[in-house]
Amino acid sequence: MPRLVLKQIVKTFGAFTAVDHLDLDLADGEFVSLLGPSGCGKTTTLRMIAGFMPPTEGTIEIDGKILSSPSSVMPPERRGMSMIFQSYAIWPNMTVFENVAFGLKLRKLSGDEIRDRVGRILDVVQMGHLAGRYPSELSGGQQQRVALARAIVVQPAVLLLDEPLSNLDASLREEMRFEIRRLHDEFRITTVYVTHDQGEAMVTSDRIAVMNAGRIEQIDDPFSLYNRPRTRFVAGFIGRTNFIEARREANSVTFDGFAVPAGRFNGELDGRTGAVTFSVRPQNISLHGSQPSGTNGLALPGRIVERAYLGEFWDYVVAPADSGLRLRVVAPPREVFEAGQTVWIGLAPDQMTPLA
Amino acid sequence: MRSSAATLPGVAAAESDGRFSALLRRLRHLEPATLVWVVLVAVLLVLVVSPMAKLLLVSFETRGTGAFTLSNYVTAYGRERYLDALFNSLMLGGLSALLSLIFALPMAWAVSRTDMPFRGVTWGVVLGAFIMPPYLGAIGWILLAGPNAGWINQAWTFVTGDPDSIVNVYTFTGLALVIALNSFPFIFIFVKAALDMVSSEMEDAANILGAGAWRTMMTVTLPLVWPAILAGIIIVFLETMALFGTPAIIGIPARINVVTTQLWQFFEFPTRVEVAAAYAIPLLLITVALIAVQRLVLSRKGFVSQTGKGGERRPVQLGAWRWVLFGWCAFVGLLAVLMPLVVLLQASFAEAWGRGFSFDNLTLRNYYYLIFQHDMAMPSVWNTIYFSAAAATFALIIALLVAYIQHRKLVPFAGVLGFLAMAPFVIPGIVMAIGFYAAYASPPLALYGTAALMILAFTARFLPIAYANCSAAVRTVHPEMEEAVRILGGGRMRAIRSVVAPLMKKSLFGAWLIVFIIATRELSAAVFLVGPNTRTMSVMLYDLSEEGNFEVLSALGGILLVITVTLVAIGMKLLGRDFMLRRE
Repeated sequence: MPRLVLKQIVKTFGAFTAVDHLDLDLADGEFVSLLGPSGCGKTTTLRMIAGFMPPTEGTIEIDGKILSSPSSVMPPERRGMSMIFQSYAIWPNMTVFENVAFGLKLRKLSGDEIRDRVGRILDVVQMGHLAGRYPSELSGGQQQRVALARAIVVQPAVLLLDEPLSNLDASLREEMRFEIRRLHDEFRITTVYVTHDQGEAMVTSDRIAVMNAGRIEQIDDPFSLYNRPRTRFVAGFIGRTNFIEARREANSVTFDGFAVPAGRFNGELDGRTGAVTFSVRPQNISLHGSQPSGTNGLALPGRIVERAYLGEFWDYVVAPADSGLRLRVVAPPREVFEAGQTVWIGLAPDQMTPLA
Repeated sequence: MRSSAATLPGVAAAESDGRFSALLRRLRHLEPATLVWVVLVAVLLVLVVSPMAKLLLVSFETRGTGAFTLSNYVTAYGRERYLDALFNSLMLGGLSALLSLIFALPMAWAVSRTDMPFRGVTWGVVLGAFIMPPYLGAIGWILLAGPNAGWINQAWTFVTGDPDSIVNVYTFTGLALVIALNSFPFIFIFVKAALDMVSSEMEDAANILGAGAWRTMMTVTLPLVWPAILAGIIIVFLETMALFGTPAIIGIPARINVVTTQLWQFFEFPTRVEVAAAYAIPLLLITVALIAVQRLVLSRKGFVSQTGKGGERRPVQLGAWRWVLFGWCAFVGLLAVLMPLVVLLQASFAEAWGRGFSFDNLTLRNYYYLIFQHDMAMPSVWNTIYFSAAAATFALIIALLVAYIQHRKLVPFAGVLGFLAMAPFVIPGIVMAIGFYAAYASPPLALYGTAALMILAFTARFLPIAYANCSAAVRTVHPEMEEAVRILGGGRMRAIRSVVAPLMKKSLFGAWLIVFIIATRELSAAVFLVGPNTRTMSVMLYDLSEEGNFEVLSALGGILLVITVTLVAIGMKLLGRDFMLRRE
């Protein structure tokens, strides 16, 4: 049975619909990210799960019991959850120890047990030596660790994270992603993580729900989401991609300047006719100096239009011959082509994802 | 793992008898804030709405019968003398604002933007003028510039042998000057705050195009802070219009009648509240209109100075001119603070103030008389402390609740509370006092002459200051600080106790202190509402000034100043130098 269930959640503010009939299930111990641009309703959804605002429609259930409905919202303090806030919300009037111990004191644990559990969790987040410090004496990263410890130490039914890394600098952000995932692997707390950073979502999550305009566009594990995006929004939001317009007519899919038999798309186009947009990742297109032999894909003659060297890879723009298409291609540093050079472009139909 | 199931409302029950249970659940989840909201609305009705409504009502009523009439307005504006008073008030406001601007503008620019020496001293001058009660400054200036006996005239005669007086405080200009010397800090605070936001790059841009320091100041810097200047002028104008003490002490002997002193005369026996109410309405309307203008001016976009952004700030190098500018600041300090203070202190320790500084003139008799012999002086000190402390406490509690409920959006229509709490800001103290008198002085409540009436009026009068401070304090506590408590299992009260209160206690204490200090010197409302047993120090001072006993009067002023300075010093020690002079 799923742990946390959101059923047909709607949240409106006046005429504005922030969350639009959203459904979401989390299994026990699962880590799900809500990923989307600002204003997509992800933080609103999180705050409804926490009980800070009532849904306009729909229900939020945990273990089959209703926590939130339009008529009644259980207050946050009775939900047994915990949350990490964008501002960390570390209380500046308490030491690190007091901050972390706060939730345990509310649960009326004995002093010994509190000391024991706080000590252990502070060691886990490598803050044990700073237990007596006040938050103003800590760096941003250290405050973040205190926030993590404070949220995890109470062993919440659900852990909520609201863009917890957005106030950190880039290198620290990278480090903390792995830290969050490590803590999840250790404690297996059911977690909802709100972010607009796809990298964070991919590192930390079991599944990612990509949100747009109050709806979940697609929810999948990171690998599927990247390689099999279902909508144009998802394909464009997660990583870079080429959108290629085509038409399916009978057994053929016609692109600008070339055509592919429909059977080559592994049945993914079954039942579809008319206009289709494909997403092709730049690293799934290959470039060759001479016509490749024995490939299972297509090889189109073309020309390098632009190129840029970025150290870790080449970034090319190529134009297939007799076509208005411009394709972005990422190639390893050793594959050097000059601008204007004639090349062969390798496209594999199984790497071309038709979008809804 | 802590299970949340135990605390959940019974789901099965909810299904079996849905409606009743839904109601119960709703009640259980009802925020106590709604109840507090209702109580606050009631309190604000008593403090703000009812006195003002009663004021308006009374102005249209025939005394005794309560029948509708316009005759009060006819009486109030039917005599040339009464119309003159209104005209005089407007002129006095305008002249005081102009003089304040002349005093304050160079000071603000010098302190904020230049390398003038002793900027800290200048700052002290402004603070000194700000905490000096207006009526004390007025008395100081009577001692300095009274015809014949005034210190300045004595010195003139001594130096030149000319027996005629050269200055006379009992004139329209004298009155305006004394008011301006007390009010210029308003303009200083506004303009300095705006200047502090102007980036030096603004001035650099003018310099690089060939403008010198003077031209840059006139064409770039000052225009940028023009909204702040105008806002300051409006405040001084309104403060002057509403001022009672100085016009009463200087204006009445000089036969200069203004609105506030005229209102006072309507209150002399036989008290004509209904005429006073009618007479006060234009004062109220002018204030409301000008505050609206001020808000409009300050909210206009397009002035960089208001954005708070901008790069580095470097003081303008003035060269020799910096001493000229300092000379001006010192001159203002001399007139506004040092000279009145010295003569007041001299008089308070003198057998007879006119005999000057000499050992045989020195005495502690005035203080001794006040503290041990005068039957009203010490009670007035205790009354002042009692009323001010009680009003500051009540105002702060109300303001804090309102600010909290409003910022956390705990109830719909929380904005109504904020509006009501700010409303007294546009009500001159004297008008408010008449409203309180009309609403609560007579039966059935019959609060006239009670401490309760004084405390109620003070609370209402200083509610906006308390509210502005509490709002700022609440804003400093991020809502997530409280949400973190709640999600970990603490209720709202717990969040307030463990996090909000400890984080705000310092700024709340500062707010309390500010209200307390301002309340200790309040005169214009107090003078209308005191009874025989509720005299405050300010009213005592006013009464003594009517008797003309300047030595005893100065001693009482000395006691008030000691109390004020002590409190300001405590505030500065705990809360930092600027705690009194921030722009609210």
